[in-house]
Amino acid sequence: MPYPVPVPDELSRPFWDAVNERRLVLQYCAECERLQYPPQHSCAKCGSSDRLGWREVEGTGHIRTYIVSHDTRIALKQPDQPFNVAVVTLDTDPGITFLSNLPGTPVDEVPVGAAVELTFVEAEPGTLIHEWRVTR
Amino acid sequence: MSDVSADGATPTRWHRDKPGLGVWEHRGRVAIAGLGHSPVDRRWDGQSLDRTLGAFAAFAATEALEDAGLSLDDVDGVVTCPGPTGDPWAPRPYPGPPYDSEDGLTTVTAEWLTRRLGLPNVDYSVNIREGYYLSGHALGFAAQAVGDGRCNTCLVVYPMGNLPGRYQHSGEMALDRAEGPQQWMMPWGYYLSAGTRLTLVYREYCRKYGKSEDGLAPLATTLRRNGLMVPWGFYANSEPQEITEQDYLESRYIHKPLRMLDCDRPMNGVGAYLVTTADRAQDLRQPPVYVLNHVQVFGKARGQIPSLDEVESWTRLQAEMMWEGSGLGPGDVDIFNAYDGFLTLPQFTVEAFEWHGVKRGEAFDFYAGDISVHGPHPFLSGGGNLGCGRTRTAHHHDSVEQLRGQAGARQVTVRADVAYTGSGAPDLAGGLLLSKHPG
Repeated sequence: MPYPVPVPDELSRPFWDAVNERRLVLQYCAECERLQYPPQHSCAKCGSSDRLGWREVEGTGHIRTYIVSHDTRIALKQPDQPFNVAVVTLDTDPGITFLSNLPGTPVDEVPVGAAVELTFVEAEPGTLIHEWRVTR
Repeated sequence: MSDVSADGATPTRWHRDKPGLGVWEHRGRVAIAGLGHSPVDRRWDGQSLDRTLGAFAAFAATEALEDAGLSLDDVDGVVTCPGPTGDPWAPRPYPGPPYDSEDGLTTVTAEWLTRRLGLPNVDYSVNIREGYYLSGHALGFAAQAVGDGRCNTCLVVYPMGNLPGRYQHSGEMALDRAEGPQQWMMPWGYYLSAGTRLTLVYREYCRKYGKSEDGLAPLATTLRRNGLMVPWGFYANSEPQEITEQDYLESRYIHKPLRMLDCDRPMNGVGAYLVTTADRAQDLRQPPVYVLNHVQVFGKARGQIPSLDEVESWTRLQAEMMWEGSGLGPGDVDIFNAYDGFLTLPQFTVEAFEWHGVKRGEAFDFYAGDISVHGPHPFLSGGGNLGCGRTRTAHHHDSVEQLRGQAGARQVTVRADVAYTGSGAPDLAGGLLLSKHPG
């Protein structure tokens, strides 16, 4: 499965640097005591940027829902259709969600509600992205 | 001329986007007095200068003026959502004036249209841009502007453009690197569209309420049938065939469970409206259709993808605001044109508004009954985007025509005094409540 390569920017670099170290590090607002993903310049709840930092979280979650892509607009992903596109909720805070192709899960055989764990796949040599795998 | 964007920098006083605002201060004092619509092509062919987006905007505007019995001199306000809605024409060479830029080809700004039509008295001119790209936003904005006295006779134009080639398959979608917001979506094959975002929620809906994902088949056939009765509709003119439930169920998947026939098809077409004061409208050619309220929803999901709970809270908010601002309730609404950019959207809205008593999880059972225009529950009588092509205008046009008693073959046989007309997905919506009576 090819993955378009994410291009880190000033805001996202800490996240992607951590992913390349096989860690999941999310923005955290100390004022609201709330995680945030994807990263933003300010806390989506209180609007403050002063108390926004980074916090490593445990890579466990559950599958909320999914679709199967048959006709994506994304050129690089087209040769590998159909493929799963799932929404994973983070156990630490189910308000945080991630997209996943669920590597290892057959197409359209996604166990909604199942537990998943964080894994990493190589988008290109030296560049990892975060993915999720169903826990057996 | 001014640009209005949902970028936090422009005033949002016109918004009616939260509960507690009370009855709309201009309830029944603003009216839609004119309707116009261009032909609807699947795509601009790149050559016919009489079928550009700009030419179609001029056509629709002229028709709206004629419908209302107004002249160019009467228009003192122009509101447009200029776009673009699809890919740019560049780097292909521009045909030449007035098509020497994207304006007129893939966008239609208020100033381009004012110039093209030769409107001599426009002193209120607004381009509604990022974050406000819906026809319901434009109409709500214009209704507020007329009510506030910023203009008296406002031409609202809503262009939807589509060029040769596959819609939105170029640009960053063709790259093997994901920058900016795309870095959080593209790697996993996800992109921003109500067809991806809300199909994920649609699947949650079906699981929660124990409904078959095939439950939209009756709605698919009904909307096509309704759309075939819309004189300007794409299908009525270009593919005038009904579809069967089997056609729907056998149409190929885009993002399973989203099928091809769940999706509206991008079009090149323009709708136009004349919004004026209720006093002025009474003296014009058509029976006035009064605006009782306008609302906007700007839902922000906590995560990347909205949850069913969030979607249901946003549609509930829209309904509550609509009732509060209009002073009406579910039993008062006769015509219900919920937005249908994808067939997977309207159940969220109809259930929130409890139109004809439809409660959460009951929409598919409702669809399986008689929802035809001549039956007791004429749902989405305008055919929506699915029945007319994606112009985002069928909802508003039909609502006005039903209240006027001018919907022709689509005219409902039940009472048609009050209409809900919507645009947008649950998380970004603009809706209005219209009535043939001012109060």
